[in-house]
Parts: sequence; C-alpha cells; structure tokens
Amino acid sequence: MSDPKYAVEMRGVSKRFGEVLANDNISLAIPDQSIHAIIGENGAGKSTCMNILYGFYTADEGDILIDSRPRKIASPGDAIRLGLGMVHQHFMLVEPLTVTENIILGGEPTSGLSIDYAQARSRVRELSQQYGLRIDPDAVVGSLSVGQQQRVEILKTLYRGARILILDEPTAVLTPQEVGEMFAILRGLREQGKTIIIITHKLAEVLALSDNITVMRDGKVVGNLPTKDATAEGLAKLMVGREVLLRVKKDEASPGEAVLDVRGLTLRGLEGNTVLSDVSFEVRGGETLGIAGVEGNGQTELIEILAGLRDATSGEVLLEGASINNLNPRDRKRRGIAHIPEDRQHRGLLMSFDLAGNSILGVHREPPISGRLLLNNEVIVKRAEQLVKQYDVRPPNIALPARALSGGNQQKLIVAREFDIKPKLVLVAQPTRGVDIGATEFIHSKLIELRDAGAAVLLVSAELDEVLSLSDRVIVLYEGHVVGEVDPKSVSEEEIGCMMTGVRPGGGEAETG
Amino acid sequence: MRRSGDAEKGRHRPKAEVFLSPSPRPTTMKSVLKELMFPLIAVVAAFLVGGIIVWIVGDSPLLVYELFFTSAFGTLDGIGYTLFYATPLIFTGLAVAVAFKCGLLNIGAEGQLIVAAFATAWVGLVLPTWPTMIVLVLAMLAAVLMGGVWAGIPGVLKAKFGAHEVITTIMMNFIAVGLVSYLTQYHYRKVGDPILETFPIAERIDGVLVGPHIPRMSVLLGWVGISFPDRLPLNLAFIFALIACVVVYVFLWKTKWGYELRAVGENPSAAEYGGISISRNVVMAMFISGMLAGMVGINDVLGYRYRYYHDFSASYGFTGIAVALLGRNHPAGVLLAAILFGALIRSGLFIDIFTDHVSKDWVVILQAIIILFVACEAVFRRRWKKA
Amino acid sequence: MLRNIITLSLLASMIRYATPLTLAALGGMFSERGGVINIALEGIMLAGAFTASAVTVKSGNPWVGLLSAAAAGLLVALIHAIASIQFKANQVVVGMAINILFLGVPPLVSGALFESTGSTPQLPRDQTLPEWHVPLIDHVPVLGQLLSGHTPISYLAFAMVPISYYVLFRTRFGLRLRAVGENPEAADTAGVSVYRMRYAGVLLSGLLAGIAGAYLSIAQNSLFTRNMTGGRGFIALAALIFGKWHPVGAFLACLLFGMAEAISDQMQGVVPIPVQFIQIIPYVLTMVVLAGFIGRATPPRAIGIAYVKENR
Repeated sequence: MSDPKYAVEMRGVSKRFGEVLANDNISLAIPDQSIHAIIGENGAGKSTCMNILYGFYTADEGDILIDSRPRKIASPGDAIRLGLGMVHQHFMLVEPLTVTENIILGGEPTSGLSIDYAQARSRVRELSQQYGLRIDPDAVVGSLSVGQQQRVEILKTLYRGARILILDEPTAVLTPQEVGEMFAILRGLREQGKTIIIITHKLAEVLALSDNITVMRDGKVVGNLPTKDATAEGLAKLMVGREVLLRVKKDEASPGEAVLDVRGLTLRGLEGNTVLSDVSFEVRGGETLGIAGVEGNGQTELIEILAGLRDATSGEVLLEGASINNLNPRDRKRRGIAHIPEDRQHRGLLMSFDLAGNSILGVHREPPISGRLLLNNEVIVKRAEQLVKQYDVRPPNIALPARALSGGNQQKLIVAREFDIKPKLVLVAQPTRGVDIGATEFIHSKLIELRDAGAAVLLVSAELDEVLSLSDRVIVLYEGHVVGEVDPKSVSEEEIGCMMTGVRPGGGEAETG
Repeated sequence: MRRSGDAEKGRHRPKAEVFLSPSPRPTTMKSVLKELMFPLIAVVAAFLVGGIIVWIVGDSPLLVYELFFTSAFGTLDGIGYTLFYATPLIFTGLAVAVAFKCGLLNIGAEGQLIVAAFATAWVGLVLPTWPTMIVLVLAMLAAVLMGGVWAGIPGVLKAKFGAHEVITTIMMNFIAVGLVSYLTQYHYRKVGDPILETFPIAERIDGVLVGPHIPRMSVLLGWVGISFPDRLPLNLAFIFALIACVVVYVFLWKTKWGYELRAVGENPSAAEYGGISISRNVVMAMFISGMLAGMVGINDVLGYRYRYYHDFSASYGFTGIAVALLGRNHPAGVLLAAILFGALIRSGLFIDIFTDHVSKDWVVILQAIIILFVACEAVFRRRWKKA
Repeated sequence: MLRNIITLSLLASMIRYATPLTLAALGGMFSERGGVINIALEGIMLAGAFTASAVTVKSGNPWVGLLSAAAAGLLVALIHAIASIQFKANQVVVGMAINILFLGVPPLVSGALFESTGSTPQLPRDQTLPEWHVPLIDHVPVLGQLLSGHTPISYLAFAMVPISYYVLFRTRFGLRLRAVGENPEAADTAGVSVYRMRYAGVLLSGLLAGIAGAYLSIAQNSLFTRNMTGGRGFIALAALIFGKWHPVGAFLACLLFGMAEAISDQMQGVVPIPVQFIQIIPYVLTMVVLAGFIGRATPPRAIGIAYVKENR
C-alpha cells in the first residue's frame, strides 16, 4: 500500500486528570481495514486514549481524524454516528434478556407499536453469518459463556453500523480455545472491511494477530511499528522500558524456615475457567517473595485465598507446616497473618468510622482491646494514638473519619494496624497504589523492617519497579500459573517483560500448566 | 468530599472524646449544630407546608401551631401525655435504628410489637395463679423474645436466602395481625365483648390494681416523694425507654458486638476482611431490633391497658421509621424525634377540637411530610457541601 | 344446585375482589420492572379511592370521578418519582411516607369538604359506575353469571393483563424498561434514558393503582371510608412477587388472593376455618416464595438502587 488510507488518526492528544497527565501528546495513525494493537503496562494510558476516541472523555488538546476528516467526538453517541463501536472489558449486557433483545436495545426495529422481532432476529442472523459470529439469537444472555457474550457485544456494535471496533482486553476473559476463535472472527471482520483496535498486554497475541502496534508507556507513545518488524523482546523492552530503579536500600536477606507453603493451589471460576492453576511456592521467614505479573492474572484471588476470604477449588496452604485451609480470616490473623488488601477503601477501611475505630478492625475481639463486655476505650485510644504517631498518619487525629485522610495516609493506617499484630506472614497487595511518594517510601521501609525482623512477606504489585526493588525472589504469574522464578537483581527487563506477557524469552508462548 | 478543613481544626480537640464511630456524639458546638441543622430544617419546612394545608382547609395556621405547643408542652398533663405517646416511639425508633446500623430496613416493627403485646398479655392470661412478680417478669420476657423472634425470621431469610427484608417484614406484619386477631377473637375474648380485646390481666379492686402490671409514674415518683397526677398514663415503661436509649448507645458504640454490627452496615466487604460474619450480624441485628419493638407491648399491656387490645398501635412501628430517620439513627436523636412525634399525637386531639376544619389527621400528614423531607435531605446535604 | 350457585357467586365475587388487586399489581410491575420498588401502592390506591368518591359526589358523574382518580394516582406517583429518582431518596422510605400521607389526607380533606372525616357521603346507585352486561355472554348460563355484569374497571383490569404483557414484552418501551430495571448502566450506554424510563414506570403504577382505588369507592362500594384499602396495596405487592413480576403470574396470584378474600367474606361461619387464616394466605405464600421453597422469586436486579450517572 503506497498511499494508506487511515481510519483513525490522533494528533497530539493530551488529557489530564487533576495532577496526572494520563495522555501526553499522543499521536497515532490506524490504517483502514487493519488490526491495530495498543499495548502497554497498567496505567500506561491505553484505556484513557481509547475512551477519548469513543467520546467518554474529551481531550484537553489535540485532534482526532476519522476517515481523514477532523471530528469532534463529545459523547459515545457521536462516536457511534461516526461508525465507532466499543467492546468494554466488563460487558454491558442485560443478562435476563435474549441475544436479540440485547443487540437491538436502543435501536429497535418496529412495525406499528411492536418491536419487529422477526426483522430483528433475521438481522442478527444475517450479521452473525456475515461475520462468522455464531450465536443463537433467542438464547438468554445470562446463560451464555463469556466467549459467547463477547460475540454479542461485538454484534451490538456491528448492528449499530460500526466500521471501527475498539476492543478493550478482548482475550482477558477467554479460554485458550475461545481466544483462537476470537482471532478468526477478528481477521474475518478485517477481511470484510472493518478496522479493529485492540487494547492488550499479551505480546504473543499481539504478534499473532495485529498488523501494526502502538506501544504506550507513562501516558506517552513510545513506539509505532508494523508487527512484521516487531519482536517480543523488543516490545517487552519498550513496554517495561526504564532502567529499574533500586530506590529501596536493603540488606541481603537471611531467610530462615519456610513460613508459608502453598501447594498446588487451583481455583476455577464460575464459568469453569481456570483462575489459578496448580500454584506452588513457599515464603520463608526473613524474605520477601514478589509476585510479578500484569493485573488480572490471578493475583487478587491468590491473596484472598491466603487471607481466608475465598475458598480454593483444590490445593493446600500451610503456615509453619500446619494446614490453615479451614481457618477463617479471624483465626488466620490470630495465627499471625497480616493482610494489606489491594482495594483499601472497599476491603480495608470503614470509611465513615474514625481512625480509632479503623485501627481495631480484625483485632476488635482480642483482649485487651475488648473486655468481656465492653471495648476498652482507653486501650484503643492509646494504641491508636501510638500507631498513628509511629506510622506517621496525618493528620494525627484519631477522631477523624477515615475518609478524611488522603490515600497515602489511609494506607499508612492499614499498614500500622496490620503490622501491629507482629505478623509472621504479611500478605501485601498493591501497597502503594494511589499513594504519594513520601508515603510510598515510608511503606517500603516498613516492609523491609518487617522482613528484617524475620517475617515472611508476600508482595503482589502491578508496579514492576516495586516488586523488583523490594523482593528477594520473584515469581511471575501469567493466566493463573507460575511462569517461572527470577532473581530480581539480575533479571533483564526483556526477560521479565516476556514472562509477564506470556512469551518465553527467545519466542514461543509460555507453556501452560 | 474530603473534609480537610475539619481535619485541621479537629487536631486541637481533647483526646478523650473518641467514640470509634462516625461521630456518634458530636463534640463541638458547631458539629452538634451541623448534625441538627438538616433534620431541623426538614421539620420546620414540614410545619410550614402543614401550615399551608391548614390555611387551605380554612383555619389559621398560627392557631394550630399554638395549639400544638400549648397542648403538648404547656401543662404538666400535656408533657405527661406527650412523653406517654413518645414511649412506644422511642422503642420503635431504636428498633429501626439498630437494624439500620447493620444496613437493614426493618419495616416490620408494627408486626413485631403486635405479636409481642399479645404474648405479654398471653403470659398473664395463662398463668393466673402464679405469683404476680414472676408473671410480670415472664410477661416482659415474652414481649422482648416474641418481638425478637418475629423480626429474626426475616433476618434468617435474609442471611440464608437473600430475601429482601423490606418485603418479608411487610408480609410478617400482616401475618402478625391475622394470627393475633384470630387468637384474640377465638380464644381469649370475653364472650359478647364487641371489642377485639383479651380478658384483662390486671384489674382494679377497691382502687388497687391487682395482677401483673408495672407502676405508673405517679406511683414511682411517689416513692421518692414527688407528687405526680395519677390520671396520667405515663408509666415505668418510659423509664425503660430511657434506659433502652442508653443501652443501645453503649451496645452499638462501646461493645465489640456493636462494633461488628455497625461494621457490617458500613461496609460488609471490609467487615468480612476483619473476620466478622455478615450473616450472623444480620440475624442478630434483626433480633435486637425486634426485641426493642417488642418492648412497646410492655408499655401498653403492662403499663396502660392491662389487656391486649387489638387496635392499640397507632402505627407506632411505621412512625418508628420516621423517628429513626429524623433522629439520624442515634439514640439521642431518636429520643428527641420520638418526643416531637409524641407531641404531635398528643396535640392532634386538641387541634381536632379547637379548629373548625382541621382534624387530627393533620398530624399524620405532618409526619409523612417530615419523612419525605428527611428522606430527600441527603441530596440537599450534598449540594450544600459542594456549594 | 345450591352448591353450584354458591360456587358461581363465589367465583364472581373472586373476580370482583381480584379487580383492584390486578390493576395495582400490574402498576407495581411497571414500576418495579423499571427498578423502582413501589410499596406506595396502598397509599396511591387510597388517594385514588378518595378522589374518585369526592369528585363523583361533587360532579355527580362517576366517569369524571374515575378520571380524577387516575390523575390523582399519577400525581402521587410523581411525588414518588421525584423523590426516589431525582432526589435519590430511599425508595422504601418514600413509599412508606406516601402510605402514611394518604392515611391522613383523605379524612382531612373529607372533613373540609363534607364535614365528615370518617367517610364521604354515600353515592346514589346511579352515580356509581354501571355494571356492564356483555351482550352475548350474558345469556350463556354459567359464563354469563361469571363474566357479565361487572363494572367497566373489572373489564379494564382483565384487558390490562394481555396489554401489560404486550407492552412489557413486545414493545420498545417494555424492552427498555426491563433493561433499565436489570442493568441501567448497560441501558444507558445503549442510549436509553434511565431516568425517563423509570419515571414512566412509576407514573404508570400511579395511573393503574389510582384506578384500582376508584374501583373500591365508586364501583364495589358507593363511598369512601377511612383506610378503606385495608392493606390491598400490600396484597397487590405480594401478588406481584408471588407472580414473579410477570403480568400473567401476577394476575393468577391476584385471582388466588381475590378468592381468599371472597371466601373470607362470603364463607364466614359457613366454612369452619377462621377468617384470619384465609386472610393471611397471600402473605404466607409470599414468604414461602421468597424463602425459595416454591420456585424462586428473583426481583429485577437493579431494584431499589437509585441510578447515579457517572460523572466524567
């Protein structure tokens, strides 16, 4: 193609959310009738960029061209009229309704007063045949598999006449077979004249499917290249990018006995899909084990199982050699397991309770915090004030509700509460998400302090930097299984980038199981 | 909506005032006023709308307002009756508040207090020969337990099957009315009595009340040498209601169980993380809620009528929702709101008599308007903060 | 022969009792299918019943009364909608407030208009809604006694069952309403206005429940008495749940509950069962269904939750 026609062009698009520059001068061009991949780590700005294109957000600066004409896209309605369609990662489907009803919702064909179901159905059939999206138009959506539901979502966009389809992490929820089918469908769509944009982090899929790739990092475009010129290693390096900064000063670990022993942990989802598959590892006292991986590869579930908030399908968890499979969260805490949850506002805090009230969550039944009848206000106040002081929670007023604190101080409060039980094992998930630099450093130093005091630390973070700089050993989780273990001091960014995105260094997809 | 302004000012507050909760007892004058402001605005607005209604109907709003204040608070009798009418509302307001603190809306206090009142009388009826004091204690226990069980059933259904407590408590209300009216009509009614009520459990013989009952305020105050008119039905149950306020306060904010209950209401997910059983607390909250509603039976059966009278409840259970809502689900607020609604009930009769067109239904309308205003208040509160 | 007559009159009476229940339940269905829990049916019925009777007394024309009742129902529902949709107040609390409000409003207004807070004046026979005799069926032996000779509201109620079914499952409006009650976010992204659909659902419930109220005061009876609904709004709610939020299911439940009412009314003393046991049947059955012992009643998923459009 000497003179490629572009379906979508973005020129110098920027978007700022408060302090954060989510998209910084984004420029990209997507040729008509191609499959275009936008890749990057969590928080690289991919989704923001596509949400701007689809009219959910309006850009602060820059131009968008659809079919080489500058356009203003102020709402999803505008986007739909211009022939754009978006399939969200979380499906927007009404489960008790049928496939046909979901597809036509908002644009129902009518004859007289009635919806013309015959016409609707035949239109759905037509579309599904034309694009190879096999589906029963009369099936109830709630009874379909995730893969089939995704087809319904794609059909929804096609029904509205979309020529440019944006798919956000389309394979995240699919089984390997379904992924294969989805690829065939997407290629078929391209053959029939559609332009497809997929947002993803899975390099193997990108290489197998796309025509062109845009790599994003920290809100910027760091690479635009045709797929035929790309290698997994090269992409991984672009995505992960920077030199890993070892900001955290720590001494060599001196690991002792195994504190946590995880054996063959497997979890199946409601759909029968595998969330965790035969995960085994151990964490010893005095060491930090990091779990690297792109979010949504089973880390959340793993931590919740270890904390007693979720049951595994099979496998065993041992604490100091004794099974804790049947213990509830309270008993686990009594045995010395502390947990810093990934979603602090949803899981970790009672937002309208004061700091003192939050400081006892989980230990509120233990003496001397509670007597036989009454909570011991004096003890609680004294303890809370000490924690707040020791962990530098600001403002240090324990009568304030938790919601009055900034994210960093909320997190420090949780850390204070959890570390106060003198844990043998700490489960730490996304400890510094949305936390300012000062608090991040503080939390990191506390984690190392705890490790040095002999506790076993299991750290999950989407921030690769954080995992590599805090951990003594790192395992990589991809699609629910352990891809391998690396030494955080010597691992190269290509190597770990490839493992996180499902490719083995030197090519080929990571083996499953 | 971060309140950093408060945070800064709050730093210099005395340390002793920590209540482990969303400000259960506002500590500065300003925060007290802030808590009170919106309920007050709602009440004032309701009175204004109520005044307009009076004016439309053809009477003087000012006269009605005056009648309200003088009849409810102007005389010792007025105050006595106001507190008497407030007593059941304190119980039901607390009942709704406790459930609400666990994230549950108990619409069924009405049914709970009906079965409880019947159970109270029933104990007196089936144990006529037992010593009065023992029967009295058993009757009170019956009131509390029966109310608890009646509320506990929707609690269990919620915890076990996820059945919406609003619907189940509504259904339980009607089942309560049906069952109790059957039992009264077919088994415990004096033959030929045109009123749906049971035999009495205590009767005045030579001016002395014989049978299980709790003393009137005149008797109680007489013991400490204060004279109080005997004609006022205000009785020991009012003291129980005040004690219940304190107990509920202590339970919710000073015990580990109350802490757990509130944690579940605030954020079930975080409660679970803190090792707190959601289903157990849902059942417990409903049970306690029902127990409180059940105490209405003590007031009416043991303190006032000395029998079960089928139409005794003037929608106390439903008004309890308004009381809790207006009282911000806090015992102190519930007490104040109950007194307001008690005053409304008290003044209704006077307004009825001393106006040309306004009937006592006016106070019912006023209650509804207050609920509506308070229910919509959250939006205005949010806008206020934004502004 | 005697047994036959009793049965027939009982069935006819069942139809009469089922009429207001059906209208109110169908109304509630539109509200709840759209995601707004409506426990105010009782209050709306009271408003309708009082308005119908008062307007008929003043105008002498029951049809004007009927229309006014429908309008009153709409107006009350509008209060509900504004509070619970616009102001995002708790739907249950708003419903409760409306129920309490209309315990008080009718007697107060009645007192002002007719100098009697207890009830409105009795309407002469020719000022209540007429009984319609259906031409052909009228002379068919059994069917005639059963289906002919009801007031227009009964026929409206029966007609509303297939109409509701059609509207809910065959029209654009119905599809969008159901979508909004199940997953408002999905409906919103498909370009359906959540607020508009919910308003429509709640207003429809007001319209139908208002007419249901009119039936009580100007068709079945000839005056309004204090609290004359006597919990029928809640029985309609129970029927709606027992019928699993489906128009036909709800209708059948209304017939069943209407039968219970007919029996407790006509059979008092005839059958040896205390009337109270028959009266609580609807509520007990609903509890049983809610506990999942007979099938499972799954409410619309978004019911009771105010929709807040995400701010971007």
